[in-house]
Amino acid sequence: MISLQANDFELFDVPVQYAQDRAQLDARWKALQREAHPDRFAAEGAAAQRIAMQWSVRINEAYQRLKDPLKRAAYLCELQGAPVQAENNTAMPAAFLMQQMEWRESLEALADEVAAEQRRVQQTLGDLLDVAKDPAQAVGQVRALMFIERFTQEVNAKLDRLT
Amino acid sequence: MALLQISEPGQSPDPHQRRIAVGIDLGTTHSLVASVRNGVAECLPDDDGRVILPSVVRFMPGQGRQIGFDAVQSAASDPVNTIASVKRFMGRGLQDIADRSKLPYEFTASDQGMLSIQTVQGPKSPVEVSAEILATLRYRAEDTFNDDLYGAVITVPAYFDDAQRQATKDAAQLAGLNVLRLINEPTAAAIAYGLDNASEGVYAVFDLGGGTFDISILRLTQGVFEVLSTGGDSALGGDDYDQALADAAMARQPALQAATAEDKTVLKAAARAAKEALTNADAVTLHAALSTGSLSVQISRADFEQATQALTARCITAVRKALRDAQLGKDDVQGVVMVGGSTRMPQIQQAVADFFGQAPLNNLNPDEVVALGAAIQANQLAGNNAAGELLLLDVIPLSLGIETMGGLVERIIPRNQTIPTAMAQDFTTYQDGQTALALHVVQGERDLVQDCRSLARFELRGIPPMAAGAARIRVTFTVDADGLLSVGAKEQISGVEARIDVKPSYGLSDDQIATMLQETFTTAQADMKARALVEARVDADRMLLATRSALAADGQLLSDAERARIDALMATLQAAIQTEQDAKALEDCTQALAKGTEAFAAERMNHSIQKALAGQNIQSM
Repeated sequence: MISLQANDFELFDVPVQYAQDRAQLDARWKALQREAHPDRFAAEGAAAQRIAMQWSVRINEAYQRLKDPLKRAAYLCELQGAPVQAENNTAMPAAFLMQQMEWRESLEALADEVAAEQRRVQQTLGDLLDVAKDPAQAVGQVRALMFIERFTQEVNAKLDRLT
Repeated sequence: MALLQISEPGQSPDPHQRRIAVGIDLGTTHSLVASVRNGVAECLPDDDGRVILPSVVRFMPGQGRQIGFDAVQSAASDPVNTIASVKRFMGRGLQDIADRSKLPYEFTASDQGMLSIQTVQGPKSPVEVSAEILATLRYRAEDTFNDDLYGAVITVPAYFDDAQRQATKDAAQLAGLNVLRLINEPTAAAIAYGLDNASEGVYAVFDLGGGTFDISILRLTQGVFEVLSTGGDSALGGDDYDQALADAAMARQPALQAATAEDKTVLKAAARAAKEALTNADAVTLHAALSTGSLSVQISRADFEQATQALTARCITAVRKALRDAQLGKDDVQGVVMVGGSTRMPQIQQAVADFFGQAPLNNLNPDEVVALGAAIQANQLAGNNAAGELLLLDVIPLSLGIETMGGLVERIIPRNQTIPTAMAQDFTTYQDGQTALALHVVQGERDLVQDCRSLARFELRGIPPMAAGAARIRVTFTVDADGLLSVGAKEQISGVEARIDVKPSYGLSDDQIATMLQETFTTAQADMKARALVEARVDADRMLLATRSALAADGQLLSDAERARIDALMATLQAAIQTEQDAKALEDCTQALAKGTEAFAAERMNHSIQKALAGQNIQSM
């Protein structure tokens, strides 16, 4: 008999393995929620509601873990006696850390390149508007600057997310 | 051939053929009530045949009040006491209302952080004002069916946070409604649309109302409405377009000022009329008689679009983010359903068409679609549609987190997680012998507490005294299907349940609601008692009915002894309904049956799950 204590794979009745069929997981999830969702018990008593809530929460929890490759792998490791312990164990191979730093550096280099282009366009705008008094020419540069500023924001947001 | 069901003499399973359940769209500008009649959802009209009720309440000297069209008429002459767009203030504090100076009302802060509006009848909270609107719709429905309501589904913007949802639920309670469910407006619209058009696939619902903007991305499959992501802005709507248009008009005649409360109301009404006219006309003249002179400005559609460009851009930014959250591209979207009166604006239609590269779907009345969807869901929740295939899998719109050291937010439940959901987090004590612990729960996507919305402060008490760091307090955050948060705590080593005191940051405590309820129904003590007894009887009936249908469906799961015990509890309750005059005693009887059937309910659920899996396996073979 299935119970709230069953593991995610048992609950969804799928093989205990990393490879999973996403379409099958989606279908199981919906079939299980159809039975367990509290809305099905809205006209019944508080006890039925509470049990439905527990099951529905449990089914959602299992689905979140099963459908996400990273979470699924970590869960499978833990089930098989090798917990990931992400909080306590952050040791990574040197080569991997090196690669991470290189990614960061290339992103920063990109940000610098965009900033240089931004300064160049600003300079050009000064020349066109104040020296050459050629607003018609300047319009194109203003548009370019708009694009650059938006792009800078996107790059910065990505850099922020990395820190 | 269908078998006729005949009940035991004197035990009619249900005195009413069906339960009256309604869907209510509690909108910023107007509200509607709908119900399923003869299998079709329809909006219920008032005595004059109008389905729309303007969400406007006027408090008059003495006890009187005007609600709806009457109140709208009085807005210009009595702006201070005529409250419109109250939805924008739900679950909000004084500092949240940025455009306060442009509104005719006198706001005050109440002790619970929530704002109040000063009227001739004293300070009124947004919850009380909304309750007036809800009560009006409740009476309309009760008059229509000449019967009491079983319950209501009330819609809220998907992007409403916990405080705004709780405020809505409080208002319904104050209006005497049994809330079956709060559902999100775009989801309700999708139900009405999807069931009408038998649609399958990924749909975007673009819902721009009077005061709120929601975008939801849903997947529709065989009666399942799965929300993939939701986004929006709970303070962006048609009102802001009116304001932007009013500001643009005033800028053309800088000598004029909208100084008085009357001016602000007149200007706003003129801007709204101009906005509506611009949906069909290329240009209009905006007229407003202000105390400082007469405003008269020619406004073209292009002017209007220019003045509101930033607002439209905010909508599209939210759409882009929602798609990203759903991990989908524009091309994955099969259709875009337009909801809310503000989507009639040509610049909105154009912006949505440009973004998605397809014409949006406008084949349902954008004003009614939300109420209709809510009515369909209400009908199913009330158990009128036993074969109902409808299943809503909604998500939490904003992440929930707790405050940690240094004012940082530790995320507990990420946004767009399917609800109901729960997460547990372990905490420990900081000092020897510490018996209490304070938690500050916030909602939002930012990393600093000050940038998120404060929901509540929880104080856990009764932790057994131990050495610092020894206690393991597991705090469980549960978000129910309505999107409302509750918190439980247990010390793991001793098994002691910690007591939790909740201090909502913006909202009402249970005591305050009880007081308001009493004030609303300020009647003799006897009336209160009678009301309580009626409610207890309804609850008892409901419990009996639920138990009977459970026994009919799965009675074979019980042993003879278990069956006899439940039968005895049912007989006791049945007798109590007829004879008991004390509400509390009757409630106790209902409780006894509820407790006595708990194990049975658990067993039934196990059975259903088993069945669901078995069914799947046969299908996949």
